Amino acid sequence: MKSSDVIKHVKGESIFVDDMPVPQGTLYASVFDSKIAHGKITKLDLSEALKVPGVVRIITYKDIPGENQIGNIIPDEHLLAVDTVEFIGEPIAIVIAETEMIAKKAKSKIKIEYEELTPITDPRDAYEKGSLIIPPRIFSMGDVENSFTGCEYIIEDRVEISGQEHLYLETQGAVAVPVEGSGIKIYSSTQGPTAVQSTAAKVLNLKMHQVEVDVLRLGGAFGGKEDQATPWAVMAALGAKLTNKPVKLILHRHDDLRMTGKRHPYSADYKIGLSKDYKILAYEVTFYQNAGAAADLSPAVLERTLFHTTNSYFIPNVKATAISCKTNLPPNTAFRGFGGPQGMFVIESAIHKAALSIGIEPYIIQKKNLLVEGSKFYYGQIAKRVNASKCWNEAVTRYSFDSIKNSVEEFNSKNILKKKGISFMPVCFGISFTNTMMNQASALVHIYTDGSVSVSTAAVEMGQGVNEKMINIASKVFSIDKVKVKVESTNTTRVANTSPTAASSAADLNGNALLFACNSLLARLKKHVAELLKLDDEKNIELVDGKILYNENETELDWNKLIRSANQHRISLTAQAFYATPDIHFDKKKEQGHPFAYHVYGTAITEVTVDCLRGTYEIDSVKVVHDYGKTLNHAIDLGQVEGGIVQGIGWMTVEELVQDSKGRLNSNSLSTYKVPDIYSAPKKLETYFLEDSENPYGPFKSKAVGEPPLMYGIGAFFAISNAVKAFNPYVDLKYSSPFTHEKTLMQLYQGRKTEKERSKITSSEIG
Amino acid sequence: MNKRKVQFLLNNTLISSEVNPSLPLLDFIRKEKHLTGTKEVCKEGDCGACTVLLGTLTKNSVVYKTITSCIYPIANCSGKHVVTIEGINKEDLLLQQEIFADENASQCGFCTPGFLMSVTCYLLNNTDYKIEDAINAVGGNICRCTGYHSIIRALNNIIYELKNNSSNDRVQLLVAKNVIPDYFKEIKERLSTIQSDKKVNTEKSSLFISGGSDLFVQKPDMLLEEEAQFLLEYDLSYIYQNYDTIIIGSGTTFEEIKQSPILSKVIPTIKNDIDLVASLPIRNSATIGGNLTNASPIGDLTIILMALNSELVLTDGINERIIKLSDFYLDYKKLIKTNDEYIKEVLIQVPKGELKFSFEKVSKRTYLDIASVNSAMLIEVDGNKIINIFISAGGVAPVPKLLKETNQYFIGKDISIDTIDSALAVMQTEISPISDVRGSAEYKKILLGQLVKAHFLKLFPQLINEKEIV
Ligand SMILES: Cc1cc2nc3c(=O)[nH]c(=O)nc-3n(C[C@@H](O)[C@@H](O)[C@H](O)COP(=O)(O)OP(=O)(O)OC[C@H]3O[C@@H](n4cnc5c(N)ncnc54)[C@H](O)[C@@H]3O)c2cc1C
Ligand code: FES
Ligand code: FES
Repeated sequence: MKSSDVIKHVKGESIFVDDMPVPQGTLYASVFDSKIAHGKITKLDLSEALKVPGVVRIITYKDIPGENQIGNIIPDEHLLAVDTVEFIGEPIAIVIAETEMIAKKAKSKIKIEYEELTPITDPRDAYEKGSLIIPPRIFSMGDVENSFTGCEYIIEDRVEISGQEHLYLETQGAVAVPVEGSGIKIYSSTQGPTAVQSTAAKVLNLKMHQVEVDVLRLGGAFGGKEDQATPWAVMAALGAKLTNKPVKLILHRHDDLRMTGKRHPYSADYKIGLSKDYKILAYEVTFYQNAGAAADLSPAVLERTLFHTTNSYFIPNVKATAISCKTNLPPNTAFRGFGGPQGMFVIESAIHKAALSIGIEPYIIQKKNLLVEGSKFYYGQIAKRVNASKCWNEAVTRYSFDSIKNSVEEFNSKNILKKKGISFMPVCFGISFTNTMMNQASALVHIYTDGSVSVSTAAVEMGQGVNEKMINIASKVFSIDKVKVKVESTNTTRVANTSPTAASSAADLNGNALLFACNSLLARLKKHVAELLKLDDEKNIELVDGKILYNENETELDWNKLIRSANQHRISLTAQAFYATPDIHFDKKKEQGHPFAYHVYGTAITEVTVDCLRGTYEIDSVKVVHDYGKTLNHAIDLGQVEGGIVQGIGWMTVEELVQDSKGRLNSNSLSTYKVPDIYSAPKKLETYFLEDSENPYGPFKSKAVGEPPLMYGIGAFFAISNAVKAFNPYVDLKYSSPFTHEKTLMQLYQGRKTEKERSKITSSEIG
Repeated sequence: MNKRKVQFLLNNTLISSEVNPSLPLLDFIRKEKHLTGTKEVCKEGDCGACTVLLGTLTKNSVVYKTITSCIYPIANCSGKHVVTIEGINKEDLLLQQEIFADENASQCGFCTPGFLMSVTCYLLNNTDYKIEDAINAVGGNICRCTGYHSIIRALNNIIYELKNNSSNDRVQLLVAKNVIPDYFKEIKERLSTIQSDKKVNTEKSSLFISGGSDLFVQKPDMLLEEEAQFLLEYDLSYIYQNYDTIIIGSGTTFEEIKQSPILSKVIPTIKNDIDLVASLPIRNSATIGGNLTNASPIGDLTIILMALNSELVLTDGINERIIKLSDFYLDYKKLIKTNDEYIKEVLIQVPKGELKFSFEKVSKRTYLDIASVNSAMLIEVDGNKIINIFISAGGVAPVPKLLKETNQYFIGKDISIDTIDSALAVMQTEISPISDVRGSAEYKKILLGQLVKAHFLKLFPQLINEKEIV
């Protein structure tokens, strides 16, 4: 079944912000940003820039009618720099001109002088200097300190995790149009229309009802447009407000790469303790999160790291400390997984290192410690409907792990210059915004008199197929053809006070709200059928494939007739409904509670081949068993898993953010920041939908699917590690992502003894 | 700003406009013609979202190739057929669109038109469809959403639908198969009536533009303000052999090099080697003249041509002179040529005797990436003995480098691990890599050694023991 959005995509007819025909008189904005990572602005001279013909206005913080503040969780971020700058790319002024070229040209004529201050780029440095976003948070259970004494094996190490550029294909952008009553309408490429609305209102000194935000669709987001679409939309709105003309602001790719935040790099220290029979008894970890120059979503990301510190494993004694460190980089932000992947990478590193030092395969430890039904998470929640072992075991049998293992061993014994490595990556990911308040959504449904249906929710379509899922839900409830249902743009005047489309939860929250709305319409319609046909039992009325059945027999009514009749009988064909996830709560003082409606489980087996001469690798296969619940749309869910895996592999392998000590991003274009291309995708990618999984919290028992699969990609790191180890047993493996070709070659030969050297050793031993 | 008249077919419409000849085709399509199906993502050739088809009239047919319109000067479209996604759309979905939709091979949709243009071009250009080739054809298209497997499934299904369909008239067949719209049948006729405004290089500018694939990445804004000479208008795209000399016009594209039967005699692995260079749409526009002159220390074609001991014919339009490629580079981006000179052609003496060639390249991402280090080797042996050898290396010095001392060391020696080891010690003295975004200096030093080992291992497996080489 083709998705309605995809039909437009393949014809290139889908409209994105940059594709909209602009209103007459539209002006163009270009953002002038800081060239240094930390300093005081001593002089800002706009005079030459203002002389460029076609320049309409140059806006600085002084021109802001309301508050110069865009911080969401913490109000710590200016829209436009005042007198200091804290990262390269920090917006200072907005040039508004008749064309993009003119705006760009004028920008190059702005003169600025700074008094440079020393930037901090390393999170541990920031910690040492007391530069923190929020005070450290600690999650704990049991008695870590004492339990180490009872451990047979204790391993400690440090782990480095790099960030990741979202590289949504559509860059950030917005068009703002002045509307009557001093208001503004903003077309924004945002995951969070309400955030744009409220921030624009604050900055422009308007009421929220004077700001309308409309979002048709996004050309990819991955978290990068949850909070960070806001500044550009607000700048366009500010421009429109001050010039009283429509203003369009689309970031050039280089500007987007330089100015926007990324997945957070983390540095971490851990200590893990295991019993003789490889049960993990204690785990202590400290995370240093590189938050960048402002809070943005970092505190929430940090929290999710804390919630995913033990991944899929039960550990009785845990102490996890997380520190959000303020540095002079662009504020880092949400990215698919939202801190979870970093938490998981550290525990997986710990298990891997422990296994190597004990001299066993890492999967022995992994399997032994998987969560079981009723396991208690260290944050208080009891694990229910646990599918960790089910997925693991299914993967082992379905993909014949034993034969994979044998063939890898055989390959490695036969080949000198090529080695294979395999790894397991189990995933357990909590679903719900960890901020309980955000778990709410609403939906608005109109049935028009011709029987067509219009659906509005808070969900933003960004490629994840949420629109199609909404169509699936409405057409299923009414049992009508999908083409009768249309999903409208996400608009703050139709659906208000929305949570952003994030945390994998848009289909859950909005789908449930939509389900409520459709069901209430359905009840009204059934009641009307009963009245119309003089039937006494509404329960036996059914809508099936556009027909109206009573006691399973066709009646004279069909969908279209029913709708017309309902309208004639003055029955409302509009419904609005609200959903708030039940059962969830979390006490931040105790750091205990039940924050997640449920968890998503799965297991991936990854196989790679390393070219030990050149230090390159190929991902041979990723084979997954994933817990989808009862899938709402097979093709979409499969796409989310496959796309997530490749994005996760990219994060672990080719995607390297290169920053210098002055806070400058050197991987600042697509020619230097490489994301997976078609050849980097695993040669084989198999996905099996776990059977018999149900989820009472998802619409039609489905489960959220957006983020969890990304973390299967972590398996690639350990598979490469294992292949490197097979070639060079002497290597002291570094747990530092990404595993680039450079790191591969260096570790293949680090401390390795050549054939000659080895034969010398053996002969001297003999001698 | 200079303007000139450019005529070409854009989809089904004749364009005849006064334009800045250096305007990127993408800007014309999106901003002037408001055809928004073609997307802008990177504006530097690295993602394929802006891919369009460029059809050139040849004797018998119109030959289509993909180009990245974001870095393609509109002047180079003169007399051609430019096709965007709007230009293939019909009321109903085309076969390839239908299959992409069925496989859900599109999520956010931003990359999708680019993929479909690459696929359509592949279907137009080939008769014997193979999945590896189809993948290669979309190798320049980046998708951040799907993970590519749905796209590969779609490609397989498209090939399945179209296999065993041979026909003398490709266009006719593909129209019948619902791959392209009807009007493609008349394009040949229509192109032949377009006045191609060739040789309009009236101004003597020393800004030379060939494929533009480097210039439009480096200085797009400057190009709009300066007069330029469009070298493609001089018909410098050819490869032929004259006795013992192979002559390659400087306007020859990477893809033409890859497909050349003459060159494949000297470099039997040329197809695979050139596949490691850029992506198909870039290879379709990037020329060897541009590669040699942009003087990047890691230019792949430069490294290959250097190991082939090539010579360059330089001309200022009046006089010509010949110099050795290995003498062309003075220092970082400093060339021996004068400002008014451009490269007309490249000369290669066809190697005699028992010669072997190898090219190696390692980059962060194996495909569509600039090398961290690359190297080529041409070697002549008599039994085990090295008679002559040319090893070139990129990414290890400010200029693409012929490893003269290393080569000298090798000459006259027998191929063995010991010889290689000692030669590598010499090599380390003549390279000076720097740390940058493509790797640390230390890494590049080690890597080049590995690549030289790889040359020998590939060409002389019987002489080298795998176990001993590492
Ligand atoms: C996405 C992408 C990927 C790439 N990947 C690779 C890669 O893998 N390997 C690689 O080697 N390169 C790669 N490149 C760089 C590639 O564009 C150049 O090396 C290419 O060869 C330039 O050729 P052109 O004809 O497009 O040059 P242009 O951009 O037209 O010109 C480049 C320079 O050469 C000058 N020039 C052009 N022709 C001549 C001539 N005949 N005589 C004198 N001067 C001339 C121009 O004035 C200019 O200074 C890549 C580029 C892109 C955009
Ligand atoms: S926009 Fe990326 S290749 Fe043209
Ligand atoms: S579908 Fe989003 S980039 Fe390909």
